[in-house]
Amino acid sequence: MGGSLILQTAARALLPLLLLLSVFLLLRGHDEPGGGFIAGLVASSAFALYVFAYDAATSRRLLTVDSRTMMGVGLLLGALAGLPAMFRGEAYLAAQWWDVSLGPISLNTPLIFDIGVYLVVIGTVMTIVFALAEAEEN
Amino acid sequence: MLIAVLSGFIVAALAPWVFRLAGGRTGWVLGLLPAALTVYFATWVPQIAAGDPEVIVYPWIPGLDINMSFLVDGLSLLFALLISLIGTFIVIYAGGYLAGHRDLPRFYVVILAFMASMLGLVLADNLIAMFVFWELTSITSYLLIGFSHEEEKSRKCALQGLLVTVAGGLALLAGLILLATVAGSYEFSEILAGESLGEHSAYGGILLLILLGTFTKSAQVPFHFWLPNAMAAPTPVSAYLHSATMVKAGVYLMARLHPTLGDTNAWLITLGLIGAITMFTGTVMAVRSTEIKRVLAYSTVMALGTLTMLLGIGTEGAIIAMIAFLLAHSLYKGALFLVAGALDHETGTKDITKMGGLARAMPWTMVFASIAALSLAGIPPLFGFVAKELMFEAALGAAWLAPVLTVLAVASAMLVVAIAGIVAIRPFHGPRKATPKEPHEASWAMLLGPIVLGSLGLAFGLVPVLADSLFVQAGVAAVYGEEVDFYLSLWHGINLPLLLSLVSLAGGIFIYLNWDGVRERLARTSVIDRFGMERGYDKAMRGLERLADWQTRVLQNGYMRNYLYTILIATVVLVGYTLFGRYGLAPPLTAVDGLPHELLIAALLVVAAVFVASTHSRLGAVASLGIVGFSVALIYVLFSAPDLGITQVLIETLTVILLVLVLFRLPDFVDFSSTRDRLRDLVVGGLVGLTFFFLVLFAIDVQYFDPISQYFVEESVPGGKGRNIVNVILVDFRALDTLGEIYVLALAAIGVYAMVKLRAEDRH
Repeated sequence: MGGSLILQTAARALLPLLLLLSVFLLLRGHDEPGGGFIAGLVASSAFALYVFAYDAATSRRLLTVDSRTMMGVGLLLGALAGLPAMFRGEAYLAAQWWDVSLGPISLNTPLIFDIGVYLVVIGTVMTIVFALAEAEEN
Repeated sequence: MLIAVLSGFIVAALAPWVFRLAGGRTGWVLGLLPAALTVYFATWVPQIAAGDPEVIVYPWIPGLDINMSFLVDGLSLLFALLISLIGTFIVIYAGGYLAGHRDLPRFYVVILAFMASMLGLVLADNLIAMFVFWELTSITSYLLIGFSHEEEKSRKCALQGLLVTVAGGLALLAGLILLATVAGSYEFSEILAGESLGEHSAYGGILLLILLGTFTKSAQVPFHFWLPNAMAAPTPVSAYLHSATMVKAGVYLMARLHPTLGDTNAWLITLGLIGAITMFTGTVMAVRSTEIKRVLAYSTVMALGTLTMLLGIGTEGAIIAMIAFLLAHSLYKGALFLVAGALDHETGTKDITKMGGLARAMPWTMVFASIAALSLAGIPPLFGFVAKELMFEAALGAAWLAPVLTVLAVASAMLVVAIAGIVAIRPFHGPRKATPKEPHEASWAMLLGPIVLGSLGLAFGLVPVLADSLFVQAGVAAVYGEEVDFYLSLWHGINLPLLLSLVSLAGGIFIYLNWDGVRERLARTSVIDRFGMERGYDKAMRGLERLADWQTRVLQNGYMRNYLYTILIATVVLVGYTLFGRYGLAPPLTAVDGLPHELLIAALLVVAAVFVASTHSRLGAVASLGIVGFSVALIYVLFSAPDLGITQVLIETLTVILLVLVLFRLPDFVDFSSTRDRLRDLVVGGLVGLTFFFLVLFAIDVQYFDPISQYFVEESVPGGKGRNIVNVILVDFRALDTLGEIYVLALAAIGVYAMVKLRAEDRH
């Protein structure tokens, strides 16, 4: 495939911006509009844009991790985020907050869970987009 | 008691590891469990023989008042002892019979699980617990009949056994629930303590449903056909399940419920007559067969019929006969089956007509086969004789059915004598015939069972008071409902039963001597098979397949539009029915008070939706669908739900991207649907729209509960430590929902991926 030069240039400029935005949305999600789901959608549209501008293979290389693996890792993170509560005798998935913070970001299980959601969304969308795009290219 | 019942399941789970450690000796190692259980149950004998039954209760689901309760009385203890004793020999025997078989560990797993289920079945006091164990025996039986699963025949027979018994099981479940409702308790002990239900208006239904269950399980005519087919199982299984234990579960249940259901004419006629017919059919079919296991299988049908008949007669004498016969049969039939397996194992054939003169090669097998066969034939001083005399006496005393039952009983007894000769004399004596394998004496593992079981039959015959005081008295008390004073003896004096015995013995010997001729003549009756129940079963199965085929074609027709119609119309009908049924047709319409820009968005939505439905351009449709989506997003934003708005925008973007990817793959746009189709679609679509329009209107107005949103608003910062309520709900308050949703997402992705990739592969 491969799009126009304008699209390609725009995609190369937009990709880092969109990814940054997605991470921003992910981390601020607990207090301001955003969150893992929205952030995941933003990130996947960035990669989807790349699929249009170049092709699936290039976009895959950029993602570095197989989208299916990403899905799996995300599900695992989501499921694991529920465990710490059980060690404290609380219900599965009850939020735990730790006194560790990196500037404005603090470490807690909802954040881990949200990162899991983020990865699953990217993995899901990109798996479908890649599959369709590759079927198209062949 | 709980441990005793469940230990079989636990050891079953460990059996493969035991096998890895013990190898060829596994049978002896695992045999320790049923042996230990036998000892355990034996320790109960003094208490039960003294007439002191006990109920043991373990809470199972305390919230629902369901207990795992066990009832130990003469009947259940006798069964439990037989199950664990014969189980011991079966497990040991299987080690020899199936030595070197690659699926031997699997065999141990299932047979031990079966043993535990069977123990649970006979010991359970709770009806539902009993039923659960009952079904477990059907399932383990299925796995065991189909043990040689590579053979189509054995799979087919396993399925037949399963379907017949499980279909009966369903009826039984209904019957048990009805019984419990009428009797007011789910515990056998309480039901039995209550009064008889013979006069109750639901009695007929209860009896019919329960008998459907017990007759199928215990292979009564007309459901007897599955049992001989179950002989596809390895011989230890046939000996255990399809002779000594599982098939007697039906008899057990009928005996168990005899005090509650047993004093009516309906009981007498159904059990008495069907039992007698089953008894006679079994013997005729047995004499007709030449395969040793089939002969024994049909003679088991005979025994089950006899037990049912005796229960039907229901007099004191009949119940005594029934318990005695039960004990005698389990001992000799278990032994004979094991002998049959040894013959088959050593000679390589199951056909009796191809065996002969084996006495020299297998002397011990011959001796114990003869002892067991003498008991089967009912010849003194074996215990079988005691049981047979009692059976004749009971048949003679069966009120107005006595003539019919006596004739059938004598005729059957004659044939049984012949059967005993066929299985225990024919293979061992006469000229030596060449067999596929060079025969030699069976191993100890395979001889142990016949030796012990045969000897017990002899011991109980010589000293009937032993069987009497230990088992029969207590068993009769449990089935009859009250203590009965009697004693068993070998010699009853010269009376009618003895005369009948002599007649049947003489007749039996005559039939045995002319077996080949008799068989030929009986073979002509095979016309009956064509109209028998087995044909009915086959027809029913084919009908079932056709029905499944038909309904799959109707429901899973492969047209997207039909699925959509089904979903949409069902929604409209169900929601609409509830909605208008409850609130009438007058929606709480209030004056529209939207602001101009809100109305503008609404108008845009409507125009875009109409365009999507009517355009002939795909790209146009996709674009206007995008307009619909973005307008909805705008509405979210206007009503201050930024998160929903953002999500909607992103989803719309991605949807358009996906659609564009798919769009290239579609063929040119062609208008397939006629005007009529489009009109129909319009009507369905319009109805769906109207239904949801009204639903939303009503939903605004109706408030059953305080909305939970207030709680979320208040708790978001203190409880969830976040100001974005939507996100706090997603990742904290209702994180489990979200976890479920992301799994669904991933599944959907895998589904799409598989579909696209598989189609791509198909094309290559």
